[in-house]
Amino acid sequence: MITFTLNGRKVETDAPPTARLLDVIRDDYELIGTKEGCGEGECGACSVFVNNLLQNSCLIPIGSIEGAEIITIEGIMESEQFKILDESYSHAGGVQCGYCIPGMVMASAALLSQNPHPSEAEIREGISGNLCRCTGYNMIVDAVSLAAKKGDGLWQKK
Amino acid sequence: MPRKDHKGKVSGQLPYISDVKVENMVYGVLYRSTIAYGRIKSIQLPDLPEGYEAVGAEEIPGPNYVKIIKEDQPIFANEWVNYIGEPILMLVGADLNILYDLLEKVKIDIEEHQAIYTLEEAIKQKSAPGVTMASYEFGEILDTITSIELKAHQIIEEEYDTGYQEHVYLEPQGMLAIYKDDEIVVQGSMQCLYYIKNALINALACGDDDVRVVQSPTGGGFGGKEEFPSMMACHVAVAAKAVKKSVMLVFDRSEDMVVTTKRHPAKLRYRTALDRKGNILSMSVDLFLDAGANEGLSSVVLQRALLNSAGVYKIPHFHAKGYVLKTHTVPNGAFRGFGAPQSFAGIESHMCHLSNTANIDPLEYKRKYLVKQGDPTITKGNFRDPILMEEMIKDLLNTSNYKKKKTEFQQDNQQNQRYKKGIGTSLFLHGCGFTGSGERDHIKAKVKLVKSKDDQVSLKISNSDMGQGIFTTLSKIVAKELDLPYEEILFPYPDTKEVPDSGPTVASRTTMIVGKLLERAAKKLKSQWQTGVEQEVVENYVHREMIPWNEKTFTGDAYPAYSWGVNIVEVEVDTLTGNVKLEKVYANYDVGKVIDDRVMKGQIDGGLAQGLAYGYLEKMTSKEGKIQQKSISDYGPPTSLDVVSIESKIFDNPYADGPYGAKGAGELTLIGGAPAVQAAIEDALQTPFQQIPVTPEVIIDSLWMKEGEEG
Ligand code: FES
Ligand code: FES
Repeated sequence: MITFTLNGRKVETDAPPTARLLDVIRDDYELIGTKEGCGEGECGACSVFVNNLLQNSCLIPIGSIEGAEIITIEGIMESEQFKILDESYSHAGGVQCGYCIPGMVMASAALLSQNPHPSEAEIREGISGNLCRCTGYNMIVDAVSLAAKKGDGLWQKK
Repeated sequence: MPRKDHKGKVSGQLPYISDVKVENMVYGVLYRSTIAYGRIKSIQLPDLPEGYEAVGAEEIPGPNYVKIIKEDQPIFANEWVNYIGEPILMLVGADLNILYDLLEKVKIDIEEHQAIYTLEEAIKQKSAPGVTMASYEFGEILDTITSIELKAHQIIEEEYDTGYQEHVYLEPQGMLAIYKDDEIVVQGSMQCLYYIKNALINALACGDDDVRVVQSPTGGGFGGKEEFPSMMACHVAVAAKAVKKSVMLVFDRSEDMVVTTKRHPAKLRYRTALDRKGNILSMSVDLFLDAGANEGLSSVVLQRALLNSAGVYKIPHFHAKGYVLKTHTVPNGAFRGFGAPQSFAGIESHMCHLSNTANIDPLEYKRKYLVKQGDPTITKGNFRDPILMEEMIKDLLNTSNYKKKKTEFQQDNQQNQRYKKGIGTSLFLHGCGFTGSGERDHIKAKVKLVKSKDDQVSLKISNSDMGQGIFTTLSKIVAKELDLPYEEILFPYPDTKEVPDSGPTVASRTTMIVGKLLERAAKKLKSQWQTGVEQEVVENYVHREMIPWNEKTFTGDAYPAYSWGVNIVEVEVDTLTGNVKLEKVYANYDVGKVIDDRVMKGQIDGGLAQGLAYGYLEKMTSKEGKIQQKSISDYGPPTSLDVVSIESKIFDNPYADGPYGAKGAGELTLIGGAPAVQAAIEDALQTPFQQIPVTPEVIIDSLWMKEGEEG
């Protein structure tokens, strides 16, 4: 049995320790916002927070997260910060096919909570682990910088 | 005004096919050929545990081919295999891990034959039976060209190569067949619902009502989900019928990269006669496309490649010939631009090199040959609509400060030994819609608007939103015509049970052709509007006759309209490592009229990112029939650090037969990227290249060669 916190709830799983966190989240807890784009840690579509750090859940064996705090996109969906990101992505036109977007939003939230006023270069660096094939990134960069402005004061609190 | 699908996408709660689970669902995994070319002698299956079954050619109720154009692509290979990765059978069952274990234990004996692995080999053997799958030739009579060449001051011959390009849609391919007693519902990631439906009717030998195709939210397509999903649909549907359960087939990234279609590698040969001043007297182009193992859509891709072989230029005495050649490699197929990116990379490069011979700035040289309104096309059609290229070029020269930069860079490059800056341009167009009379003869698009009792209007069309934003743009057109708020227009994911065939989501046709039909349908609905009453209107495609297209002679108007573009790109090349850094990208386009600014900007930025990367970053190769790049990082699509912000502008030039004047936009934006980036690298290094991608290895090699020559 492996015990961890998932979106604020204590959970237990009997999945084998080598099972990927990604599969456990998606299959056992039916949280579909965490996507699989590569399964090899190269695209960021499966981004989650593990103890507040942005991680690719496809690379994490469930056995390694005993006691950890896992947050998926579903876990931040009700927050003020998410609302700002949601509006900013919409306003800036950062969403196309959408498959990269939950991961991008997680990466954006992670970046802004560490650096509430990032420069363009810092935003590009911050989302560089997240692949997007549709947008060419610029409108996503705009979305993040808009979110930084709109949510001024919100990001540091976390 | 948010995109129609914004909420579900930003929260991740919109279910893509891999997020779907249905009752009684099993998974499928494919056993694939490990041999490039050979004859299957025997198949030995391991003992299958309870609930696990194998499905192969014998289980196919209809003929064993995927209906595309030719009948040369088996659903499950059962006699010959023609490429590594070709599906031979499918194992189905509840647990994927067990399925992968079983897959290892399948033994298939294949008698290996001598395969053709490369385009070069195929060109050498092009007269051998079965190697040339299609060919076309048109233009000036060769005798005339020969006599011109005899009097020419010089003849320039160049050979140019373009590589594979992989779509890397972020959502891998996936398809689910839902088994029901009276029908099979196939649901998945796709661009062309009726292509799939027709393939299923053929494979299952069933009636129109026995299959139904539903699009799932689609995580990017770019052409990769045009014809390829038809094969997966056949796999899951045949399996579902055989095992009487619902069957899900989802690829992981490496399977997707290795076995799905890619952009055709191409070889282009130019032979151009010049006078003393470097003016073009005649030009012939020979174009070879590597089809891979099946013809697929390759002949149509070749047509578009040939139709674009003279670029945006009026070349005196132009002749072109092209071939689709078979190799025993993974089949190539549709990819945004559909043959045009290869041709534009080639012709822009060649024109640039000719300008060097003539000792004229490349852009000045190219401008001398720009087509103008009223000029004939290379197929004796006509450019009948206004062409804004000159305005767009002038504007972009100003915005980018081209002339000043060109001189500055040259001076700076003399000082700086390691880092060299360069600036390059590309001029391009894209023919919108199907080639020739395709819309009239093959597609025959039909759209429907349905109004409910409570006056809610829904769009009923078979086109997919795969991220390009038609939910938004087409809903906007209908809302505007009906004077209704955009939010109230419904545009559900299409289901063939509900929607007529408005054609596939390809060829930059959706906004222009389907959008126009919807505009007309909405006008009709408005004129008949009865509050509180259920109503339905249908509109059919009407062809505007121009100079009739003749596919045999390759003459007439190949396209109803053209979209146009100009790109200017600045790069910095590190001569020590060969790395290229994008510095600035400028782009002007004429797409008729923009329906939604944000959607258009998304197409520009995304298309350019793919197009630029095709020129210098993305490299895929095949060795003895095996794709060498199996992961995203091996292949190298751009990250946020590779791309820079793009200064773009749209020039209005309304087209009479598009909604509000709109023409196609989706593919155009990709086409100019690669040639502009190559031109910029050449400008930086003062070295010509005869290939894309111009990778660091190519750059370092050329610098060594140059040093050797100057040495
Ligand atoms: S799926 Fe985990 S990084 Fe791509
Ligand atoms: S929006 Fe499609 S991959 Fe990012």
